[in-house]
Amino acid sequence: MTAESGMMRRLKGTMLRHMHGMITCREFEEFVLRYLDGELPSKQAKIFEWHLRICRECREYLAAYKRTIEIGIALLGPADESVPDDVPEDLITAVLDAREG
Amino acid sequence: MTDPKRNKSFDSATAVDSEALVRTNIGWMLALAERLLRDRSLAEDVVQESFVRALNGLAGFEGRSSLESWLHRITVNTALSKLRQLNRLAEQSIDEHLPEFDRFDCRVELPWSHLASVEDIMESEETRRRVYETIGELPHSYRVVLQLRDIEEYDTREVAELLDISETNVKVRLHRARAALKKLLEPILRAEELK
Repeated sequence: MTAESGMMRRLKGTMLRHMHGMITCREFEEFVLRYLDGELPSKQAKIFEWHLRICRECREYLAAYKRTIEIGIALLGPADESVPDDVPEDLITAVLDAREG
Repeated sequence: MTDPKRNKSFDSATAVDSEALVRTNIGWMLALAERLLRDRSLAEDVVQESFVRALNGLAGFEGRSSLESWLHRITVNTALSKLRQLNRLAEQSIDEHLPEFDRFDCRVELPWSHLASVEDIMESEETRRRVYETIGELPHSYRVVLQLRDIEEYDTREVAELLDISETNVKVRLHRARAALKKLLEPILRAEELK
């Protein structure tokens, strides 16, 4: 971190910590899940969104966080109901035998 | 759970033919068990045990949920029991993959010049495989919460019941799992060549 960027971060941190209606990035983190679940009261949601407007880091973080969820769903989403080709017949037989046993 | 695939109702469970039930459902049950266990052989054991439980309990099936929802929950419960038996659900540290903050409570996040789309990721089999393997790097106790909530669409209360932990703990683990996975996936998400 350069001296200049260090000073900017100190300034940003001080502003977010002390100005009315602001939250720090660390506090923002605590609200992410409830915000995405629509569980934040409207006043807190507005504060959360205000932070998003002014903080590049949290804005990009949240975009990547949401993309991660979307990718997980796309990759591992609900399985097809049909029997895939690779379900071995001996497993089906074993299941039916176990029932009868 | 809102998956329309699971909303079929059955008037009489006893009317269901056992072999037809197995053949109709074994594919998705095996895929579900394998997603949770990440081990084909264990998944086959779990599916077999799940069917034994289901078929033995079929007479007691009251039809309050769809038969498929009922089988889904039996499979999940059996898979979780297997993970417990193997002591894989013990809480492990995930701290090294969590977001970082400086001493001013500002987030430490490198600028994103590119963020891969879902389509970018899904297009390549190699990338899908890498993402799948990366998900497997999460500790089981976190990965399972993420899968049950985000993928299998159980709500927080249901996940808490399935794992016998508090709803608060489910929320904490879910958020940490997502944040850690985001960090683990960064080399893929930031890759310009996926454009």
